[in-house]
Amino acid sequence: MSRDLAIRSDGAGALVTILREGNRNILAAVSPEARRLGLASGMPLAKARLLVPGLDVHPADPEGDATFLARLGLFAARRWTPRAAIADPDGLWLDLTGVAHLFGGEARMCRRILAFLARLGFSARIAVADSFGAAHALARYGGAAIILCPPGGGAAAIGPLPLAALRLDEAVLATARRLGIATVGALAAMPRGPLQRRFGGALLARLDQALGRAGEPFDPIVPEEPPAMLLRFVEPIATPEAIGEALGEAMRRLVRRLEATGLGARRLLLLCERVDGTVQRAAIGTARATRDGAHLMRLMATRIEGLEPGFGFEALRLVADRVEPLGARPVESLLAEGEAAAVADLATLVDRLAVRLGARRVYRLGARESDLPERSLVRLDPLASAAPWPRWPRPIRLLAPPEPVDFVLSPHPDGPPRRFRWRGDTYVVAAADGPERLYGEWWRAPDERAAIRDYFEVEDMDGRRFWLFRSGDPDQPGSGDLGWHMHGLFA
Amino acid sequence: MNPSRTSSLPDRWSLDALRAAVRAIERGARKGAGAVVPFDLPALDGRLAGGGLPVAALHEAAAASIAPGDDAAATAFLAALAARLARAKGEGRQVLWTFLPPAPFPPALAGVGLAPARVFYAECRDEGELLAAMEDALRHGGLAAVVGESGRLDMAAARRLQLAAEESGTTALLRRRWRRRGGDPLEAPSSAVTRWRIGCAPAAPLPCGIGPFAGLGRPRWRVELARQRGGAPFRWLLEAPDAEARLALAARSGDRPDPARRAIRDASVPAAAAAA
Repeated sequence: MSRDLAIRSDGAGALVTILREGNRNILAAVSPEARRLGLASGMPLAKARLLVPGLDVHPADPEGDATFLARLGLFAARRWTPRAAIADPDGLWLDLTGVAHLFGGEARMCRRILAFLARLGFSARIAVADSFGAAHALARYGGAAIILCPPGGGAAAIGPLPLAALRLDEAVLATARRLGIATVGALAAMPRGPLQRRFGGALLARLDQALGRAGEPFDPIVPEEPPAMLLRFVEPIATPEAIGEALGEAMRRLVRRLEATGLGARRLLLLCERVDGTVQRAAIGTARATRDGAHLMRLMATRIEGLEPGFGFEALRLVADRVEPLGARPVESLLAEGEAAAVADLATLVDRLAVRLGARRVYRLGARESDLPERSLVRLDPLASAAPWPRWPRPIRLLAPPEPVDFVLSPHPDGPPRRFRWRGDTYVVAAADGPERLYGEWWRAPDERAAIRDYFEVEDMDGRRFWLFRSGDPDQPGSGDLGWHMHGLFA
Repeated sequence: MNPSRTSSLPDRWSLDALRAAVRAIERGARKGAGAVVPFDLPALDGRLAGGGLPVAALHEAAAASIAPGDDAAATAFLAALAARLARAKGEGRQVLWTFLPPAPFPPALAGVGLAPARVFYAECRDEGELLAAMEDALRHGGLAAVVGESGRLDMAAARRLQLAAEESGTTALLRRRWRRRGGDPLEAPSSAVTRWRIGCAPAAPLPCGIGPFAGLGRPRWRVELARQRGGAPFRWLLEAPDAEARLALAARSGDRPDPARRAIRDASVPAAAAAA
């Protein structure tokens, strides 16, 4: 299976991905257009550029490819066959024993898999053979999109293929080339004794694997099923009490299973199948992995009201679709006396609030490394620890955005104002502190490069304190428009 | 340091002892009943019925006027109370701040003693959510204090909060917002144990300051205890809390350089003399 890289680019249409090998760049994969122009994977990039001047070059992403192949393998293991494995960085092995008839025979199954991959944007080749080795060779060197090898016909089918089809080292291949062995068939016809002496065991082992004479290790992908509980009812249930009762039973069983596997739930999904075939769903999340049935039940109970049973639910499925390992923990609060006993786990409260308000509305605020007050906050998980801010005077109410202040009387060009008007009221300044100069963050935006704000903390005649700033320095053109703004209120 | 004192049975039936007995019956044998967290300020603690701020109770604060500066002072006052409660109740006790946006600015909360590691926030969309979130947090029982900022919490809602606070021993702190000019939020009845009115007052000028370019001294507040259960109302002129959440009594300065400001101060804080 090779990845189809045919992204229509406006240039020559030839696209390649490159890998760095030592100090030169090697083509990792080439698009069909590029292949037509004579490029092949393994070619140095400099040579490729010489051959095709308008080449579209992108860096290869082997990790991303491997991740995607693993996902595809997982899908294959869930959808097509229980025994699927990753063969090499660009191939999958599917064991079709006993599953092909479910998809209408081998030929039809192969066509369906190809069509599925084509919808995802991949071109692929499939070969079906008696042994993994033969299928591997035919898929890569067979030259057709689908090759179906009849039972017992593996040896004949791979006979004309080049030796490279046998998954051999470059050194072994070079020696074989020197000796004039070009095809698998030629190799198979040779006496085994001299071959064993000349090449060692690797060549014959690969040949035997391809011909089905030797077994091969197979590491199947085992899809991880989230812990789930399914309850089916003889009679449909519709009342909240009955649903609560059934949910309690499902929860008890699910918690037992989580205990047995040493997992804790981070997200629970409740799927209720209605009599008319539709599915109602409700979900809860937790701040920390838990398998406390009573707590999960309390959280889920708030969601039961939102369900619409209609003529009743006939099945109820409770799935822990996000789980984390959760080992045994000491229960300090049960053992300690008095004060410590009252310190209940904060995570249960966070969960309750998150269910009530939404998980995004419960948070902790910590310091971020920015001088500008509006950027100095970062939202954190409520159970996380937060960094403190530097001890500069900061207003308890920050106005966002800063509000313009007019009729400012400021006798000194770089001093605080003596009077100003804000929101229609005029204030006379009795005392002031400042300026505290904050510079724009030049690495963020070009218009912040020269920006300057001079902050003053001023107190009016009634003792109310304001945080005013003048944007810009009169001596530095381009640092601001010299306008005054109200940015916050002190206590 | 053990800041909490429990009320003991009276030796003789004085009026104060009777009041204490009634309070004890009212509270029953609930968790944290009678425990107080003192301000460590004799002028304040002496005027509070229990010798400090009752822990298992609802306390309300409002700005003295609709001016935004007073509003900020009321917020900072509650933050300082929450910080004192968190410190008194031991390490690791958290404060939950529930609010309708906009939120207070956390660096300033840290400036009055409520460090970011000590407080987390619940952003609510309406008053109903805020009440429910506060009640959940109070009944959880593991927090030092739950702060709420609300405009129109009715008597029944305040009663619910008071009951939740009594049962769990967690302090509820509620900031009443001004909603219109002349509508003092503390005029509405409430079952809060103490109700405070906070306003800004001119700070003492720095001794070396000259004219309008003098630096700022420690901010001052007019703190009015508008109502307390089992005690009389009172008012003080206090200096705003420092980074350790300690309030201080403002020293009377007889010689203020600016006569205009002195006139304002003397007219607005007549009770300061009594407190000092």
